[in-house]
Amino acid sequence: MDPLFVSLQILNGIQYGLLLFLIASGLTLVFGILQVINLAHGSFYMIGAYLAFWLTSRTGSLGTAILVGLPLALLLGLAVERLMIRLLYARDHLTQVLLTYGLILVFNEAQRLLFGNDVHGVPVPEIFNASIRLTDTLSYPVYRLVVSAVCLALVFAMYLVIQKTRLGMHIRAGAVDRETVQLLGINIKALSMFVFAAGAGLAALAGMIAAPLSSVYPGIGEHILIICFVVVVIGGIGSIKGAFIAAILVGLADTFGKVLIPEFASVAVYAVMALILLWRPQGLFGRA
Amino acid sequence: MSPTTRSLMSRPVSRRAVLGGAAAAAAASTLNAPFVLAQPARLKVGLMLPYSGTFAALGNNITDAMTLAINEKGGKLGGREVQYVRVDDESEPSKGAQNTNKLVVGEKVDILVGTVHSGVAMAMVQVVREEGTTLLIPNAGAGAATGALCAANIFRTSFSNWQPSFPMAKVMYDLGHRNVVTMTWKYAAGDEAIGGFKDGFTALGGKIVKDIAVPFPDVEFQAHLTEIASLKPDAVFVFFAGGGAVKFVKDYDAAGLRKTIPLYGSGFLTDGVLKAQGPAAEGLLTTLHYVEDLPNPVNRKFSADFKKATTRDVDVYAVQGYDTGQLLVQALDAVKGDVRAKSALHAAMRNAKIISPRGEWTFSKAQNPVQDIYLRKVVNGENKYQSVAHKGLADPATGCKLA
Repeated sequence: MDPLFVSLQILNGIQYGLLLFLIASGLTLVFGILQVINLAHGSFYMIGAYLAFWLTSRTGSLGTAILVGLPLALLLGLAVERLMIRLLYARDHLTQVLLTYGLILVFNEAQRLLFGNDVHGVPVPEIFNASIRLTDTLSYPVYRLVVSAVCLALVFAMYLVIQKTRLGMHIRAGAVDRETVQLLGINIKALSMFVFAAGAGLAALAGMIAAPLSSVYPGIGEHILIICFVVVVIGGIGSIKGAFIAAILVGLADTFGKVLIPEFASVAVYAVMALILLWRPQGLFGRA
Repeated sequence: MSPTTRSLMSRPVSRRAVLGGAAAAAAASTLNAPFVLAQPARLKVGLMLPYSGTFAALGNNITDAMTLAINEKGGKLGGREVQYVRVDDESEPSKGAQNTNKLVVGEKVDILVGTVHSGVAMAMVQVVREEGTTLLIPNAGAGAATGALCAANIFRTSFSNWQPSFPMAKVMYDLGHRNVVTMTWKYAAGDEAIGGFKDGFTALGGKIVKDIAVPFPDVEFQAHLTEIASLKPDAVFVFFAGGGAVKFVKDYDAAGLRKTIPLYGSGFLTDGVLKAQGPAAEGLLTTLHYVEDLPNPVNRKFSADFKKATTRDVDVYAVQGYDTGQLLVQALDAVKGDVRAKSALHAAMRNAKIISPRGEWTFSKAQNPVQDIYLRKVVNGENKYQSVAHKGLADPATGCKLA
């Protein structure tokens, strides 16, 4: 295999991994800090994708669609936390799974009623609609690189917020010990609401920026949910750093699985997960 | 709740008007008839199709076009009033046998029509092979239904998965392509469709450089596109449909491959998804047994009539439904509505000649259409007729013992 080919595949893998991280980071935050298993996380990705489709067809610009759509997704996240998820903090995981699974059904049906079963596409924004020529046959779409850059910028921003700000300190503390944080006089209710909405917002944002790359179709959320759970479990529940490394690992495993062992491509990712969990049952950066 | 009442309640008004109108007219004429008691019992047609979920639009087009064909001939079959019994199969294979039995054993339908999803259709095939009910398949392309599991009482009015892609081999060979990469999802329909292309292409002396199968329904194609670029084949042939077709065509274009390695596909690659694919699909060549602008008077009339009856545009599924209706009209007229004369009914079906919007076709011995396959090209966001890619193509019907 020639080096150019290998490096291109590494680029493909990292790219896919960065997008996975954007979705999985919200899931791991909610999981780690609120101790809530949010099966409806994929629905927020789906909602983001449909918002991008709907608002882009209305306004003609993906940028405007994101500016309008992201606050809507955050508001929806706040509402879901306030009206439903909040009632579950004291309950066991089974109740949470039941409610959030129910939410998937509700969101999917709402999507069907509003947008139908057709497959939709979102055009790539005009300024990024170009390709970089790599070989005589292959070009790399600029928009893919833009998506990666946005993901990287968000990784950096999340790192700054979580490691360098007071809010981040509260979040980190909340992930370790919810009760103690509450005893220290931090408003854990407000913190929970913020974290859940941020998680929903991240998933929706991922859905929005990925919409021009993928297509927008029913069931898009569930498809992404499973692979995100794999990322969260490999990285260690609640660890942003773990999710980042796991997402890149999963992206690379998926890409090279497809190329090197096409017969077993669909199990490559799960084989990596199984190996890592044998070595570290709590995940790469999970607390035992 | 019986299947009929359930589907009546969940049905949109427009379709209720179509069917209900026919039923009301039928009821009225029965009341006015002088010899009420002499009227033969109504003929029961079971419709097992997807009326909800991803394939609902397909199920609706098939149903409406089929009733359109029957209503054009007075709304009766072989002189008998028709009662339609609907069941929503939800495209759910695990409920396939149960739903089929609801119609075959529970409702005792005279004729069963269904369905779109191949997995569900195979469950129906298993049941009617036991029960002997006449089954008309208006879409599902699974090879076995008119192959290894063919039977005298099973007819398909659509296509086999093998059929639409076989003729593309010659088209591509004639364009000078010798080394081709194929790609599809790893599932039965994909295997069979690619198999059709391979059969044709290797027979001509072409070479399949690599046969890529992606896990279903994965749509992350970038790794394979990079692989295709490094393999540098003359061309690529794919089978994708729905969301996967949109994503693949857009990704292939964005990777810059369209300019150097031309892309071809079975017609499902560009059917019902062109709007979402946008300019990325422009100029694509595909093969299928129908194209909306097919230049024949039957097609023009059907397009207008279907639009008038439903306000929707025709598509290949509507055509398949229409032909199912035409077949019922012809065959039941031939036996004068006597569905119990099964061998006569099946012989009438087998010998039927369907003057279809897709051109005339007849049944093969395995009871799958022998039909023309057309070469189509995407021009200004629409599939446009180019030429006949293969005249009167029959499925090889591997394993079928009907002779």
